[in-house]
Amino acid sequence: MQKSVMSRLWIFAVWAMIGLFLINLMGLIASVLTSSVATRWLGTWLPAGFTTRWYFAAWDEFQLGDVLWVTFQAVGAVVVLSGLLGVPAAYALARREFPAKRFVMLLLLLPLLVPPITYGIPLATVLYKAGLGGTLTGVILANLVPTVPFVVLVMIPFIEQIDPRTEAAARVFGANIFQMFVHVLVPVLMPGVLAALLLVLVRTIGMFELTFLVSGPGSQTLVVALYYAVFASGVRAVQSIDAMAVIYMVTTLVWLIVALRFVNPTQIVGRGKRPAS
Amino acid sequence: MSAVMEGRADGPTLRQRLAARGIDGATLLVLPCVALILGLFIYPFLYGLMLSFEPKDGSLFGNYARFFSEPFLYGTIFKTLRLAFPVTLLNLLIAIPIAFRVRLLRRQRLLTTLLVLPITLGTVLVAEGMLFYFGPQGWFNRSLMAVGLLSTPVSVLNGYWGVFISLVLTGFPFTFLLTLSYVSGIDPSLENAAATLGAGPAARFREVFLPLLVPGLAITFCLSFVQAYSVLPSAVLVGDPANVTRVISIAAYQAAFEEYDYSMASAIAMIMGAVQLLVVVAVLGCRSLFYRGPAAGAKG
Repeated sequence: MQKSVMSRLWIFAVWAMIGLFLINLMGLIASVLTSSVATRWLGTWLPAGFTTRWYFAAWDEFQLGDVLWVTFQAVGAVVVLSGLLGVPAAYALARREFPAKRFVMLLLLLPLLVPPITYGIPLATVLYKAGLGGTLTGVILANLVPTVPFVVLVMIPFIEQIDPRTEAAARVFGANIFQMFVHVLVPVLMPGVLAALLLVLVRTIGMFELTFLVSGPGSQTLVVALYYAVFASGVRAVQSIDAMAVIYMVTTLVWLIVALRFVNPTQIVGRGKRPAS
Repeated sequence: MSAVMEGRADGPTLRQRLAARGIDGATLLVLPCVALILGLFIYPFLYGLMLSFEPKDGSLFGNYARFFSEPFLYGTIFKTLRLAFPVTLLNLLIAIPIAFRVRLLRRQRLLTTLLVLPITLGTVLVAEGMLFYFGPQGWFNRSLMAVGLLSTPVSVLNGYWGVFISLVLTGFPFTFLLTLSYVSGIDPSLENAAATLGAGPAARFREVFLPLLVPGLAITFCLSFVQAYSVLPSAVLVGDPANVTRVISIAAYQAAFEEYDYSMASAIAMIMGAVQLLVVVAVLGCRSLFYRGPAAGAKG
């Protein structure tokens, strides 16, 4: 009898911890949302009135039109390029046994294990020396470093589970490797490619460190612009920074919701399929 | 070259012999990807390493000597570790019991989705939200004062605890989801077997789950630690970046973009990488003291 009381207490404690975490998280997000539509909010539970004007103010003050366009270009290029580079490489690694394969796998794991800020500083130095620092190209190149290996590692198990006889049949009927890719593999792999690229999309929108180190005034993505706005807070109204934060949240969350229709939440953290042990 | 000629005369051609070793048109598809990593990851790293040995004063180890002689610089290592270690440990200790509870749920999806939120939003947004939420007029202090737990608002911002909380908010979901994927990977029949043999919940955890989980937990610890260790935005935004939370990434950033001393910045980045590597190797080294083997049961 005493045992069941103990275990009930334990279960209660565990759920209380989850609840506490979620309440604070939601409170944090809700206070950003509320503040962004508040007229005046000083020393009360809720603001004195509600308005949408901060969104217009933020749009003008932070040149959000330009920032969103840069973000769209950078993220779009990163997604397309990491798909074009990553999927064929994953195919080669899934289907062929070649001498340097273990070395290539190690090479791909390294950028995922070393945190961005550590390799970002030497990378930014090299990009600045090459004249690419502060440009959109530089931002795209820097962001490819973690995303291409990510796509490869997510796609390898996907490709391995396709029956190799499908490709053999295509080759027997005279398809060359390019035709086989376009007409056979891409349609079969589409769900996996879509999932991997959506994860890349979500991760790249939120990728702060690399973009922060490489970008210049004209090549800031939304998250970096938000950082600078918060960093220099006091210059502008809190509400307009909060409005910008909400715009950032919406851009991220729309894609997160789309991504979650295709992937498991744990995949955003992990790197593709994880062995059981 | 002569090998190719001979190959054409009798026996397999070069192309065929390469194909026999697994190298053909399809294998070459890996090359652009390898070139990218070599050019944008390995080369900058080596370049940075070389650059770190070419300081402004001309000596070989000038940067490293300077780093380890100025408390303002070498102190950043301890400041970073003082944040990253407790945060990672706390996250892991909370994540384990919760993962064991959540594993039994049918509908984990809603919870895991909610927990993915702070990871996707990132440290910048969490720090921005914290500025108001945990501020003296924010809902956190108001609620605690309303229920009578506090008489005056606590100030967590602009100091150690601000960064600590932001690292828990973004780090815990990461640690939890990794732990959950390891915990769900353990065959439930192992637990059933232990229960049949009369082991209570605590004994089952200690004798069955823990040994199986240790390798996974070690990896989770490493990945979470590395994330907490390389914190930059929240240490600046909700911390005290001049004193208590002057973490090593701030020192590296300032050397590169405020002093324009790329050589020093590279040296700090290399030291940062070395310390991370030391911790990861130490943790993974301890792992080998424990059981290593299949966790998925005997069959299959």
